[in-house]
Amino acid sequence: MAQDAGGLITQAPAVSSQAPQLRIRIRNLTRTYGERAVLDDLDLDIRPGEFVALLGHSGSGKSTLLRALAGLDYDVSGHGELDVPAQVSVVFQDARLLPWQKVLDNVVLGLPGAEDRGRRALEEVGLKGRENAWPNELSGGEQQRVALARSLVREPELLLADEPFGALDALTRLKMHALLKKLCLAHNPAVLLVTHDVDEAIALADRVLVLDNGRIAAERRSDEQGIRDDLLRALGVTAA
Amino acid sequence: MTTLQESAAAAASALSPAGPPLPAPVRRARRGTLRPGAPIKFGFLIGPGLILAAWVIGSAAGLIDPRFLSAPWQVVATTVELIESGRLQQNLLASVQRVALGLGFGVPIGVALAVVSGLSRVGEALIDGPIQLKRSIPSLALLPLLILWLGIGEGMKVTIIALGVMIPIYIHTHNGLRSIDSRYIELAETVSLSKVQFIRTVVLPGALPGFLLGMRFAVTISWLFLVVAELINSTAGIGYMMDLARTYGQTDIILVGLVLYGLLGLFSDAAVRLVERKALSWRKTLAD
Repeated sequence: MAQDAGGLITQAPAVSSQAPQLRIRIRNLTRTYGERAVLDDLDLDIRPGEFVALLGHSGSGKSTLLRALAGLDYDVSGHGELDVPAQVSVVFQDARLLPWQKVLDNVVLGLPGAEDRGRRALEEVGLKGRENAWPNELSGGEQQRVALARSLVREPELLLADEPFGALDALTRLKMHALLKKLCLAHNPAVLLVTHDVDEAIALADRVLVLDNGRIAAERRSDEQGIRDDLLRALGVTAA
Repeated sequence: MTTLQESAAAAASALSPAGPPLPAPVRRARRGTLRPGAPIKFGFLIGPGLILAAWVIGSAAGLIDPRFLSAPWQVVATTVELIESGRLQQNLLASVQRVALGLGFGVPIGVALAVVSGLSRVGEALIDGPIQLKRSIPSLALLPLLILWLGIGEGMKVTIIALGVMIPIYIHTHNGLRSIDSRYIELAETVSLSKVQFIRTVVLPGALPGFLLGMRFAVTISWLFLVVAELINSTAGIGYMMDLARTYGQTDIILVGLVLYGLLGLFSDAAVRLVERKALSWRKTLAD
C-alpha cells in the first residue's frame, strides 16, 4: 500500500486480518507548491486507536498533511511513503452536508442499505428524531454532529479532522469535545486532529505535535507537565 | 455636585409641561424591507387579467374594430361553438401531442448532453461547440433543411420542437452542474462514491435548480416552435385551425387560437414553477 510520488493514494483492500499492521506510517513525505516545500521530509507514525493532535500556524503544512493522508492532494507535487488504512473518514471544518439530501441520507451517503446503522449513528451524536430534517434546518453544531455521524458510520480506522470545531462558538465547541471523546472511546479509531487551539489539542489528544515549516518542531504527550507552555513556546507564543 | 443638580433640574423641567418637548420615540420599522414581501395568492394571474380587462373595455366602448380584433364575448361564443362541434378538442389534442413528444425527446437529450459535457473534458470538446453553434443559428433557418430531410409530416414537427427545447435545457443544466460547489466533489471523493452514485446524489440534485430554470424556458419555447411547425402544411392542430381562419378572415377563431396558446404557455410555466417549489424545498432563498 505504500505509494510513491504523485501523492495519489490508491486504497488497496483492507488488511484487517493483520490487526497489528493497522497503523499509519509516514516516511519522507514531501509536498511542494511551486518552489516552497510545505511538507519537508516528514516522518510520522500513529498507532491504532491513538489520538494525535496537530498544531501549527496557518501555512505550516498541517492541512496539507491531512489532505495527503485523505488522498485529496492529487494536484500537489511531492513524494514520500504513506501507509494508511483502507477505511479513512474525513471531518471538514464546514460540516459539508449535501443541502438537497435529508440528514439521514447525508449520514449514509454512498452506503446503500445502511439506514439502520445511520439511525444508530445519529442517535449516538444526540440527533435522534432529526433524520428527516434538511441540513439547512440545523444549527452549526448540529450540522457538525451530522458530519461526525457520517464519518463514524463508516467505522473508520483513521479519522482525519481538519479544524472540525473552528467555526463553532465556544460553548458548542466544549460540548463537541466531550462528544468526540465519547465517540472515540466507543469506536476507537486512530485520530489525526488538525487544530490551532492549544487547549483543544491538550484536552482531546494523547499526543500533540507542532508542525513548523513542514517539519515536526515539537512533540509532547498530553499528560506531561508544563505541556501548554512548551507547546506555546514551540508555536512562538511566549507566555508572559 | 453641580452637574448632579443640573441634570436633576433638567429632568424636572422635562417632566413639567412647560419644559422643552422630549424627542419623539423612534418606532423602529421591522426588518425585512430588502425582501420582496409575502407571496400574493394567484399573483401570476394579475398581469394577464389587466390586459383582459383593457380588451373588454375597449370592445364594449367601440374603440376596437371587430374586423381587426373580435370582442371577447364573440371569442367566447366562438369557443363554445368550436367545443360543441368537437373541432377545438381535436386540434388541441393534436397540438398537445406534438409538444409532449417534442419535450419528451428534447428534455432527456438535453440533460444527457449536459451531463456528459459537464463531467468529462472529452464530452465537452465534442458536445459544447456544436450546441453553441446550433444556438446561434436561428431555428427557423433550419426549417428548410429539416423539411428536405424529414418531409412535412409529424416527424419534422416533433424534431423542430425537440431541437428548440434541447438548447435551454442543455445550457441551464450544464451551467447548474458546473457551478456545483467543489467542496461537495471533495466530499464525494472522501466517502468513495462510485461514478453512478456521484451522478445520482451530487450531480443531478445539484444541477436541478439549473435544469428547472431551463425547463421553464423549454416549455415556453415548445409552444413557440409548435406554432411555426403547425403553420406548415398541417391538417390538424391549433396552428392549422388559425391558418384556416386567416383564409376566411375569421379573427374570432384566430383569437381563440392565440388565447389557447397563451393559456397553454402560462399554465405549463406555472406547472414547472410548482414542481420547482416542491423539488427545491431544501433551499432558503430570496423568494421565501
